[in-house]
Amino acid sequence: MRTITLEIDEKKVKAEEGMTILQAAKSVGIDIPTLCYHEKLEPYGACRLCMVEITKNKRSRLVTSCCYPVEEGLIVKTDTEKVNKIRKTIIELLLPLAPTGPIMTLGAKYGLCEYIKKTEVEGEWKVKGFRFPTEQNDCTLCGLCVRYCAEIKKENAVGFIGRGVDRHIAILPEKGGICIFCRECYNLCDGGKFPHEAEAF
Amino acid sequence: MKKLKSSSDLENLRKEILSKRDPKKMCITLCSGTGCRAYASEKVNIAFQDEIKKQKLGKEVDIRRTGCHGFCEKGPIVVIYPEEICYLQVKPEDVFDILSQTIKEGKIIERLLYTNPGTGEKIIHESEIPFYKNQKRLVFGNNRKIDPKSIDDYIALNGYTALSKALLELTPEQVIEEVKKANLRGRGGGGFPTGRKWETTRNAPAAPKYVIVNCDEGDPGAYMDRSLMEGNPHSVLEGLVIGAYAIGSHEGFIYVRQEYPLAVENTEIAIKQAEEYGFLGEDILGSGFNFKVKIHRGAGAFVSGESSALVSAIEGKVGEPKPKYIHTAVKGLWNKPTCLNNVETWANVPLIINNGADWYRSMGTEGSKGTKIFSLVGKVNNTGLVEVPMGMTLRSIIYDIGGGIPNGKKFKAIQTGGPSGGCIPEQFLDLPIDFDELTKVGSMMGSGGMIVMDGDTCMVDIARYFTNFLADESCGKCIPCREGLRHMLKILNNITGGKATEEDIKRLEDLTEVVRDGSLCALGGTAPNPVISTLKYFRDEYEAHIKEKRCPALVCKELIIYYIDPEKCQACGLCVKNCPTGAIYGKKKIVHIINQEKCIKCGTCFDVCPDKFSAVLRLSGEPAPPDVPRETRIKSKERR
Ligand SMILES: Cc1cc2nc3c(=O)[nH]c(=O)nc-3n(C[C@H](O)[C@H](O)[C@H](O)COP(=O)(O)O)c2cc1C
Ligand code: SF4
Ligand code: SF4
Ligand code: SF4
Ligand code: FES
Ligand code: FES
Repeated sequence: MRTITLEIDEKKVKAEEGMTILQAAKSVGIDIPTLCYHEKLEPYGACRLCMVEITKNKRSRLVTSCCYPVEEGLIVKTDTEKVNKIRKTIIELLLPLAPTGPIMTLGAKYGLCEYIKKTEVEGEWKVKGFRFPTEQNDCTLCGLCVRYCAEIKKENAVGFIGRGVDRHIAILPEKGGICIFCRECYNLCDGGKFPHEAEAF
Repeated sequence: MKKLKSSSDLENLRKEILSKRDPKKMCITLCSGTGCRAYASEKVNIAFQDEIKKQKLGKEVDIRRTGCHGFCEKGPIVVIYPEEICYLQVKPEDVFDILSQTIKEGKIIERLLYTNPGTGEKIIHESEIPFYKNQKRLVFGNNRKIDPKSIDDYIALNGYTALSKALLELTPEQVIEEVKKANLRGRGGGGFPTGRKWETTRNAPAAPKYVIVNCDEGDPGAYMDRSLMEGNPHSVLEGLVIGAYAIGSHEGFIYVRQEYPLAVENTEIAIKQAEEYGFLGEDILGSGFNFKVKIHRGAGAFVSGESSALVSAIEGKVGEPKPKYIHTAVKGLWNKPTCLNNVETWANVPLIINNGADWYRSMGTEGSKGTKIFSLVGKVNNTGLVEVPMGMTLRSIIYDIGGGIPNGKKFKAIQTGGPSGGCIPEQFLDLPIDFDELTKVGSMMGSGGMIVMDGDTCMVDIARYFTNFLADESCGKCIPCREGLRHMLKILNNITGGKATEEDIKRLEDLTEVVRDGSLCALGGTAPNPVISTLKYFRDEYEAHIKEKRCPALVCKELIIYYIDPEKCQACGLCVKNCPTGAIYGKKKIVHIINQEKCIKCGTCFDVCPDKFSAVLRLSGEPAPPDVPRETRIKSKERR
């Protein structure tokens, strides 16, 4: 394996060829928020939270760090104004859809929500206003359940149906496999929908 | 059929085909493109066949069914060669006259000719009709001359000479060099330099390599790729084989959408015929080069035309865009180097090889060479497919080719590039058509859609319309596109519905930025264009909707009311008769009034009120004036 040197947030980083920017950043403790990423699964690039700004041949652009492979001499910035605006707006779009702990935790980083402690162990999340109100449906469509079941369990028990704004997950016995209730995918779900849906099924 | 094994075999075949054709013999060409078929050109064809038999004209005249001529709104189109007499909107009833008068006696039938709406002048020859006169139909022009089901027709017009030249006289590198020098740019939307893409695929180390024709064309209203594939499939095939040779690929796919049955049919026939002559298969034209091609039928979704989605679909997976930081050219179909080009891009290749890069570069602008086919629709007198040299101004396309705006109305904007193009206002009418110029003003070349709008168009409503389309067509995979478009649409609905506040513009602008910069594929990347461009050029219209609850174009239903002007109403009763909800009160000689509570704003009264009265008005941003008292509603003779 070839070693590749790149620069992330002004730090020189050595990475192995074939690694993604996200993996390289993680290896040196730089935190990039993610939602649809899972180390066991193929990069998917759907949530767009892991966007970073890269500069190559003096030209900058935005890419998702979970998909983009490291390149020699690449300059990466994970925390620019543009990047933060995109992340913040994406979380704003997700909050009303799936107002769960993991999403609120992400929101807290961008000043969108705060955790109010009541006692040492109890507390509650407060959202500073939903700018893009919509129906709550507890699913961010990150695809973790779908991909985990397909790629790791090879069961294909859950899939997407519908297009565009109508897209949703469905347990699809007629199309793919049948859920074997291994329950391994349950705690991947940040939106909170999947375990309920699966148990009801 | 004996396979051709050399350039002289091809030359001899052409001579043989031509020797059987008498250029002086009359030939009736009948357009059988999808547009003309919709106007029953099939029936006209049957009428011709019957009538030729009846009048025993089989020896005097040939009949040929061609591809789309572009002027579909005037179909079915008949052109009689060698004189090029052009008859429009031909019905089966006209066939008798055409044969007995024009064919037998050489007489022109006036009523079937094109009439210049401005001057009333009748025009006989197709190429002199203003719609055609100002075009430069290099790629599309042969459509009207050949039967797409006949490879001989294509060969008669020097078809496959470019292939012969490329395979037998040029090295792959020389072919790429020529295409690079011609500066051909992709016609599928992105405008990526074709030669460079070919070179990347050629130089990619892995094998095998694939080439693909993208004939998905899902833009509403656009049908140039379809018409080319239907009307001249061999031109696309020839370009494809040349490209495959240059790239070093031996297998290709033509991705055609299932909903284009004629394109599928004609392409299937073309492939079979090309195989028989040896333009496809093993040892093409004796060059030693092998290439085969398959048709892949795709299920129609706008997003399946996107390159990574299309590649997934051919692989048999869900046709959904994938993040690709390694180009398809290097890692595409089954992770092998793959060159994907648009139908029109491929069809340009034989022209470049035949005539040379210098000839090709002589047309167009600095950055965009050659011609481009557009689908010109909307509020313009002549609609249809037009091919013009790059660099022609929008004004020229709209006025010289399109014949201007109907009913003497004023031009307001033109949307170019398909549903995710921007709306270009009047101040840029003299903009030359060019990939980069269009991008500079906030629109794009896209696939070549052009929708002309006049003063009766509400720009907010237009932005809403396209956003709605794109929200439906988004695959839904990535959050910015799916959720962003969902909320953009909500906000736009609020604006056109009179329910928006000033803060909504800020929300809208924030979303456009995030959808554009954050989305996974170019659908999301370009989807905000209609909103961004209308916010930029027609912001006053947004503000009128929001601040004054007024729709300046009088389009948005929630913001207008219908009102009968008591001064103008002649109490004819037409509106009363036609109003579906019984909202209009009035009797003979009594000025009519509309009960706003009951009115559903269907606009029927506005449409049926006779033009000479024009008593029904649309008002916006103001309440209906109070009803006039009953006494003064009586129309006395004196008052009239
Ligand atoms: C949503 C979307 C739809 C597209 N649809 C088409 C299409 O119908 N036909 C096409 O040729 N290219 C389409 N494209 C562009 C293709 O991704 C690709 O760039 C093109 O086919 C490359 O060919 P070219 O270089 O010859 O233009 C589409 C792109 C996007 C993002
Ligand atoms: S619980 Fe069911 S859906 Fe989830 S991974 Fe296991 S089999 Fe698949
Ligand atoms: S931008 Fe839209 S169409 Fe493209 S991947 Fe994202 S959701 Fe799908
Ligand atoms: S707009 Fe339609 S419903 Fe309203 S008054 Fe006219 S015809 Fe009747
Ligand atoms: S984590 Fe990279 S796009 Fe979701
Ligand atoms: S189909 Fe006949 S002119 Fe277009």
